[in-house]
Amino acid sequence: MSDMMHETGGAGPSHRGVEIGVTIFVALIGLIAVIGSLQVGAGWGSDGPQAGFFPFYIGLSILISSAVNLMHAWNTKGDGKVFATWLQLRQVSSVVVPTTIYVFAIPYIGIYVASIILIAVFMTWLGRYRPQVTLPIAIGMPILVFVIFEKWFLVPLPKGPVEKLLGF
Amino acid sequence: MFEDIGNLFHGFSVVVQPFNLLLMVVGIVLGVIVGVLPGLGGANGVAILLPLTFSMSPTSAIIMLSCIYWGALFGGAITSILFNIPGEPWSVATTFDGYPMAQQGKAGEALTAAFTSSFVGALFAVIMITLVAPLVASFALRFGPPEIFSVYFLAFCSFVGLSKEPPFKTVASMMVGFALGAVGLDQVTGQLRLTFGFESMLGGFDFLIAVIGLFGIGEILLTMEEGLSFRGKAAKISMKVVLKTWMELPKYWMLSLRSCLIGCWMGISPAGATPASFMSYGIAKRISKRGKNFGKGEIEGVIAPETAAHAAGTAALLPMISLGVPGSPTAAVLLGGLLIWGLQPGPLLFVEQKDFVWGLIASMYMGNIVGLIIVLTCVPLFAAILRIPFSVIAPIILVLCAIGAYTVHNNTFDVIMMMVFGVAGYFMKKTNYPLAPMVLAIVLGDKAEEAFRQSLLASQGGLNVFFSNGLVSTIMTLGLIALFWPIIQNTWTRIRGSSPEPRAAE
Repeated sequence: MSDMMHETGGAGPSHRGVEIGVTIFVALIGLIAVIGSLQVGAGWGSDGPQAGFFPFYIGLSILISSAVNLMHAWNTKGDGKVFATWLQLRQVSSVVVPTTIYVFAIPYIGIYVASIILIAVFMTWLGRYRPQVTLPIAIGMPILVFVIFEKWFLVPLPKGPVEKLLGF
Repeated sequence: MFEDIGNLFHGFSVVVQPFNLLLMVVGIVLGVIVGVLPGLGGANGVAILLPLTFSMSPTSAIIMLSCIYWGALFGGAITSILFNIPGEPWSVATTFDGYPMAQQGKAGEALTAAFTSSFVGALFAVIMITLVAPLVASFALRFGPPEIFSVYFLAFCSFVGLSKEPPFKTVASMMVGFALGAVGLDQVTGQLRLTFGFESMLGGFDFLIAVIGLFGIGEILLTMEEGLSFRGKAAKISMKVVLKTWMELPKYWMLSLRSCLIGCWMGISPAGATPASFMSYGIAKRISKRGKNFGKGEIEGVIAPETAAHAAGTAALLPMISLGVPGSPTAAVLLGGLLIWGLQPGPLLFVEQKDFVWGLIASMYMGNIVGLIIVLTCVPLFAAILRIPFSVIAPIILVLCAIGAYTVHNNTFDVIMMMVFGVAGYFMKKTNYPLAPMVLAIVLGDKAEEAFRQSLLASQGGLNVFFSNGLVSTIMTLGLIALFWPIIQNTWTRIRGSSPEPRAAE
């Protein structure tokens, strides 16, 4: 696997930059925890530690360790090491983008229709399969899920207008 | 002791009921598939299937889920050896010698050795659990809040001391887990905290969503980045090869025993199966007479990591059932299952839920035997799954992850959270933030906090309560040693003025 990564090579965002970004993001979570804890009281109340007592120190330790991590990341010489090549990032976003649309669409069109579209898009776009291969899998898999979850185990899954039309 | 053996036999009688045996086989097969597929691992495989068990009895549910876990442990070896792709992080070390063996046409030998070693490692760990878990549990029954907190403290500090990732990243990742776990209703005062008025935050973050996102979605993104193309070796295991390899294996009993011990130790401390497999491989390479051949297709290089990984994976259940502290992310998911089925994990299980505990232990014996038979006979079938192109498998796994995330609370917002965790997991993994401590912190956050606050209440806020008696001081001190282990190690080598001992994990 690693051989292939070297082969593709090429430009991309620097590892150091991304590392600093992630560290700042983690530190932000710490900051939010500290602020939120102070809002509900992080001290010692009449009946013992207040609700924010524990998360306050948790937030504080996130901030402290992030400061150390940031220092490390800042002082590391990148040597032009890339986080991932642009090509690789494009591959990754070719999963992230459709899947994000998918999860936001579920509340509106239900999980079955959304899944059919997701699988079909994936296979046609990334796999370059013809419709006669794509469609049976894209439609068959949600039907199998329907039988296993809703019929055998009686676990209801989100449904949309199409399912209503079909009478479920 | 004798009572325990009686209980174990009762456990076996529960397990061999036809329905439970069926669940066992189903669990193992699903587990191997989960282990074979990139993007689906033990932890999120179990998390996705957890909702299906809500309607079962807890014993049947744990049998199926733990069998998925054993199956996943077995499955990792198949991809490592045949495709040079570790299906699971703990089988990375297996690729070093397993794949070269397959290239030399010895795939059958490598697979037989891997499966058999896995089985030996697991069996060793299960026997240890059978003997040790009841003792630990009866000992732990006397624990008060300070002792309980100290056990959590030790568990989390071990992560810092033992993980390969930079210590401050481990701390940060763990603390983020605690922070996420704290969101929502405060269990002691009944106050809302860290919700910032968002209604969707009232329930807090469920760790199952985190597991499915971090390990499931995150893993798919990583796989996608590597642009996988499967170039697998053909796999056929004939009975002749199996028997021939089995004849050879007893020669390596010393290696197996050592790997079992490493695995058990690493499994109980929450370092887990992955470092155990690397450490075992590293030590075997240094000690073995054929150390030079390691990496070129040496059978010992397959036995060592597989034995240790499986022993560690199994041993991780010891602290889970006896103390309520899971030793691995998958054990954490199983622990979450206990809570959902209405069982209180911890030492009381051995008193109040005898059927359940001994059923689980008996199913570990049976599950591994059934698992060994299934993987030895069905390798070509499982290898065929890997030949399905990723552009077909990936969307199906994504759909399964979404279904799993939804069914936890029947909430579509959770599916969106899963995606957020997935992208976060991708970036964290790429920048060396360990994910396991974060998941464990989300699971155990509430309980650790409760124990901490109860202890402080008793002492009116003084931290000396954690050093008030011999037991709690010992556990806390061990925790502190583990926490500062990287520093201790550094200082030690500096004092001696020599270069540091090459670490086994590297």
